Amino acid sequence: MADIFDIYLLEALINGVLLGGVLALLALGLNLVFGVIDVVWICYAELIMLGMYGMFFLFHQYHVPFLLSAMICIAGVGVLGMVLHVVVIAPLLGAAPINQFLATGGVLFFLQSAATVMFGIDFRNLGIRLPVLAVSEMFISYARLLAFGVALAGMVVLYLFLARTYTGTAIRAIAQDRQIMPLMGVDARRIYLVTSAIGGALAGLAATLLVLQYDVHPFIGLTFGPTTFMICVLGGLGNMVGVFIASFVFAEIISVSGLYLDLEWGYVFAFGFFIAMMFVRPQGLLARRT
Amino acid sequence: MLQLRDIDAGYGSFQALFGISLEVNAGEAVGVIGPNGAGKTTLMRVISGLIRPVRGSMQMEGADLIATPAHRIVELGIAHVPENRRLFPRMTVEDNLRMGAFIPAARPKFRARLEFVYALFPRLSERRSQLAGTLSGGEQQMCAIGRALMSEPRLLLLDEPSAGLAPVIVQQVFGLVERIRASGLTVLIVEQNVRQVLRVVDRAYLLEAGTLRASGDAGALMQSETIREAYLGV
Repeated sequence: MADIFDIYLLEALINGVLLGGVLALLALGLNLVFGVIDVVWICYAELIMLGMYGMFFLFHQYHVPFLLSAMICIAGVGVLGMVLHVVVIAPLLGAAPINQFLATGGVLFFLQSAATVMFGIDFRNLGIRLPVLAVSEMFISYARLLAFGVALAGMVVLYLFLARTYTGTAIRAIAQDRQIMPLMGVDARRIYLVTSAIGGALAGLAATLLVLQYDVHPFIGLTFGPTTFMICVLGGLGNMVGVFIASFVFAEIISVSGLYLDLEWGYVFAFGFFIAMMFVRPQGLLARRT
Repeated sequence: MLQLRDIDAGYGSFQALFGISLEVNAGEAVGVIGPNGAGKTTLMRVISGLIRPVRGSMQMEGADLIATPAHRIVELGIAHVPENRRLFPRMTVEDNLRMGAFIPAARPKFRARLEFVYALFPRLSERRSQLAGTLSGGEQQMCAIGRALMSEPRLLLLDEPSAGLAPVIVQQVFGLVERIRASGLTVLIVEQNVRQVLRVVDRAYLLEAGTLRASGDAGALMQSETIREAYLGV
């Protein structure tokens, strides 16, 4: 009895790690945009929803090969990120944070409603089922393994871009001192646009992975959105390492609590933990000392 | 090299500069001295485009600075070391220097410029992978000057390089200014530390309450009654 129980726990822990990788990808995209532009994309998860619909239509309806569909989706949602920035964010850059919050919140409901009108409320999926890997008594889904691997690879590419390129260095720098960027010869508007494209592309990448595990419907964003925000706040908005760690903490709480109770209880505990942490460490897990 | 004619500038409805006309010739070191709040920092920010003047004209080697967007001014050969250094504190020294070489013309020369800056400030080379925020005040000033030099400027704007530094470090910083001059750069330096700055510049302007009150050779200003009484305390 005890042995079997341990295996279930191990399975939950492994699934927690796998979930954590995908959550980290989601949270890093949102966090990057916040760190650089100082605006929270409340409608971030709705960009993922659109990406998932993109995958559904391209792959399932029009039979475009999976990899090509994925590339089109990543690029397409990247462009959506730029459009969101130019149309909604840029005119509000000087406005009060609450106005920016309401505007991107408005975009959330706009996209949900538009998706309902255009695509209906049916649950749709790609119609492919990846096999499940059985290791001794544990069951690990290939879809999750793939999502974890690709999410990790995506984050490594993002890291190298931020660490090694001039544009990436400027993206890090602008989050630390906005006003002097012109002295470096940096056009902040261009950096904002590039950052929005990357934020969108990360949402697009997440969409191509999540569509293998979840059915897409106009309200699927609610499944990921709140969790992503909690992770960003818990990790410290703008703090990449903190958010990365918070993703795995959150995922393990969800996964392990889900083992002992129900999956819904996992979320109850995760959000309860979040609220408690807001009292203990309101600046985030790895608060900056300055 | 740099010419300002009748520049008025300010922040919103607050006017900080009134009809400023000044000139910096190639190879010179020019100082702008004056008390706190006289508009010295505003003047530097106007030249590098962070503040756009409401009236007047500005040229750098014949190019119209007012028609140039702020982020393009560095491409005209002007590098600005801002007040309080303004390094990127959570980036390494080398990443800060990399930001200085952001403009397209500087990128291919990054390695060579890095060698040049490290030769000028060997201390920075020792600290290259340290976070800029953890440097001492004097080292931060070296890093800020080094960052500005990465774009291979012809004119260097230095805003209060001695501010907030211990006296012995102030001596070192003015020593740096002399080394930079020796490397052939033209320097425009703004300082409250009048005695020190008049030793390293050729000429200086006196800025008070947003207007230029006096100008002349550093030696002559050092002897002038007004400056001796108000700024040198003799």
